[in-house]
Amino acid sequence: MTQSIVVQVGQCGNQIGCRFWDLALREHASTNKSGTFDEPLSSFFRNVDARYSEPLDIPVGRGRDKICNLKARAVLVDMEEGVVSEILKGPLGDVFDHRQLITDVSGCGNNWAVGHMMYGSMYREQISEAIRRTAEMCDCLQCFFTLHSMGGGTGSGVGTFILNLLEEEYPEVYRFTTAVYPSAEDDVITSPYNSVLAMHQLTEHADCVLPIENQSLVDIFNMVNQAASKTSKISSTSKVKGGSTVTSDTGGIKGQEKPFDKMNNIVANLLLNLTSSSRFEGALNVDLNEITMNLVPFPKLHYLVSSLSPLYHLADVSLPLRKLDQMFSDAFTKEYQLISADPRHSLYLACALMVRGNVAVSDIRRNIDRLKPSLQFIHWNQEGWKTGLCSVPPVGQPYSLLALANNSCIRHTFTNLRDRFHKLYKRKAHLHHYTNVDGMEAAQFSQALESLTGLVKEYEQLEGTMGRVHEGAPRLQVAS
Amino acid sequence: MSLVTVQLGQCGNQIGGQLFNTVVEDAYGKGGLGCTKKENTLYQDAVLERFFNTEEPSGETRVSCSQQALPTARAVMVDMEPKVIQQTIQESKKSGKWRYCEKAQFCQKRGSGNNWAHGYGHHGPKARDAVMDIVQREVEKCDRFGGFLSLMSLAGGTGSGVGAYLTECLREEYPHSFLVNQIVWPYGTGEVIVQNFNAALTLSHLYQSADAIIVFENDNLHKICSQLLSIKNISFQDINSVISQELASVLQPAASGDCSRTNSPGELLERLVPDPQYKLLNVRTIPHTSERALAFSSFTWPGLLKHLRQMLIANAGMEEGVDWQVKVHSRDRRLSSADFISSLANVLFLRGKHCESTDISPFSDPRLYSSWVPRDAACSVFRQQRPFHHYEKYASLLSNSQAPVGPLDSLVGKAWNMFASRAYVHQYLKYGIAEEDFLDSFATLEQVISNYSNL
Repeated sequence: MTQSIVVQVGQCGNQIGCRFWDLALREHASTNKSGTFDEPLSSFFRNVDARYSEPLDIPVGRGRDKICNLKARAVLVDMEEGVVSEILKGPLGDVFDHRQLITDVSGCGNNWAVGHMMYGSMYREQISEAIRRTAEMCDCLQCFFTLHSMGGGTGSGVGTFILNLLEEEYPEVYRFTTAVYPSAEDDVITSPYNSVLAMHQLTEHADCVLPIENQSLVDIFNMVNQAASKTSKISSTSKVKGGSTVTSDTGGIKGQEKPFDKMNNIVANLLLNLTSSSRFEGALNVDLNEITMNLVPFPKLHYLVSSLSPLYHLADVSLPLRKLDQMFSDAFTKEYQLISADPRHSLYLACALMVRGNVAVSDIRRNIDRLKPSLQFIHWNQEGWKTGLCSVPPVGQPYSLLALANNSCIRHTFTNLRDRFHKLYKRKAHLHHYTNVDGMEAAQFSQALESLTGLVKEYEQLEGTMGRVHEGAPRLQVAS
Repeated sequence: MSLVTVQLGQCGNQIGGQLFNTVVEDAYGKGGLGCTKKENTLYQDAVLERFFNTEEPSGETRVSCSQQALPTARAVMVDMEPKVIQQTIQESKKSGKWRYCEKAQFCQKRGSGNNWAHGYGHHGPKARDAVMDIVQREVEKCDRFGGFLSLMSLAGGTGSGVGAYLTECLREEYPHSFLVNQIVWPYGTGEVIVQNFNAALTLSHLYQSADAIIVFENDNLHKICSQLLSIKNISFQDINSVISQELASVLQPAASGDCSRTNSPGELLERLVPDPQYKLLNVRTIPHTSERALAFSSFTWPGLLKHLRQMLIANAGMEEGVDWQVKVHSRDRRLSSADFISSLANVLFLRGKHCESTDISPFSDPRLYSSWVPRDAACSVFRQQRPFHHYEKYASLLSNSQAPVGPLDSLVGKAWNMFASRAYVHQYLKYGIAEEDFLDSFATLEQVISNYSNL
């Protein structure tokens, strides 16, 4: 079994990470009743004997040893103390090793350059040491997950700095990034700058990026709430069941749940489903490296549109239950995407369906055949489907689906971002805040913009082939 | 004569476990009722010699543990992930009739991630020494070593990539042994997007190193499961059990027409692969029926063979829905309708009562074969009086024919299309495969297609 390390950076990254660990623990608790430290647990957690001042790592062994103290394979980085110290005070505090935290007090002031250049070089040794320590505890390290936002300073700046560091020091280990993109009405004025600068780094150095948009999370959240209130009108007892994607029951959160927590739950669920089949058994296991292998046809086009379904599950059985086929259809509708994009009307380069729970291989096959006519696939990849099946369902749900698509619709998100960047950049607004930082040059803005434009153009070109009739490439001729 | 099985990757290991199960079930199952006790014992001994090692490890007392007395499979298990190997060993323990040798496994922590180049260029070379050691140990346990049977899939990374590499190693280290590779052809719309690349690279490499390649098509097996065995939710286990049954029906002991030879890999290859440019084999068997339905059906040898022959010429994978319109024409008329499958060689296996008196002349019809095939070399038969499993009569046909050309052609077409856009190629370049290697593979396969089409 391979292991993964989560690197959560900035306020957003740490909040998402916190939800992820909470849900992951709950998921393992429900499948692992005996309380032993087994292989699935070891992929994201360590078992330590905390009686020693240098906690002793207890290996999985034969998977029969009891859990002593679980520690997350995580590195927490923030340039402010608030969020991290709040996590440590909360019920999840014990899961994190205090040596895996790196914090500062002053924050990055929503400035990518401060995060990337200043704090990056300042904390380089410390970060590298923390990651090395975590990596050394792994038997076979396969993947880094970095979680951060794109709009702020710490997440985008330090986050992408760490990404480069990882590439340099662990070139063989895969780098997955979950990046939260700012909404159009964002309270941070410089967020377009930060996002475009960070995207340049993601395009160059990540193996796979899962962009998430704040606005889409809000929409999904509202949609689920509406569904909940609608059903409560019909019968006062029925509610959206506890195990839905946005609600989280009680657990890791102390006191009142904040609205952000619910949105972060969605992202945490995405990560859970993404890693489920590398954690648990299944008829069709999908390892994380298979995701990049199958979904990234060209090195830079590694941005995947993701959607989760079902988003909620009704407790009252008398109401029409979401049927299995509906789950597959939903995953391809606009409302269920975690970025505001409509993959149905754009070109698919490849698509992965990661199914969990009591679903047969033939169910997946049937649904692919059903959905295929309504989707456009690129001419050289008409059968671009990757399927995964994990036998352990998410907590409280019979089955679930995560659809990952490499789809040209993502370029709309990028062009929007570029337009907002332009608005600021043509007036050179706020530019001096960036160029004042040591190591930051004005040329980096134009380079980042160029990289983004290139990316958009690549998607546009591929989308341009849509609808045309394609003759197969002339085959090699054999001299007879 | 003994066979050493090399199980490669997830698919190979699962099929391997199933194959040994099938073989043991057949040897100790109902089939024994259909023949004399002596015949049955002879058959069981032959099966054991072929697939299992029954010798006690020296220095251990036999009484100590009943498990020690179980025959151990002559198998080498290779995978880059421990999960499937462990599962397969668990399942073999459940059967209680046979087991795997404890030291014949090789696994790593991390899979190949559907990347053929990762398996071929990275895992393969690293695994070589360890695996070759295990292989040598297994070979040395055989009194009469008959050859290797490698089981693998084409689509994944480990089975196909590591498999292709290790087959080359086997060829180097055992230049005079027979190498037969059993491969599973992926579904048309498969579970791996880069399956066509992986398959094209594997096939072209195997074509250089293996003596024969036995092809099983998932699509075809899926149909057999759903239509003939009426299984509702078809799992890979169901498909694998069909593969094992078909494979076992060819590999279980049988004697040639004049009883002078047995069906060892050497004998089969001599009859089936007359030219190294033609080495794609496939298996057709009849009947496929669930045990329940079998009680209500009866078969006659001429009926079975008539069906089987039509399956051959109409290129049908199973007995139901065979196109009876396809007719064999004499060669001069073939220009107008060349729609029947032409063969190079066929070997027929008949298992069950009265098989010795069956007329196999329909298969010796020279019109079935390419013009340069000598009449007496085209078709041969192996017989076994003892019934196979619960089947009173069972016929299987191992043939070297045009049948794999269709799927191969479409596979190469799709892979070539993808290669033309250079999609996914960068993933392979990362592990030391160059674009020229792709081109070489395509050239090899185009040559194979054209050879077979011109039969």
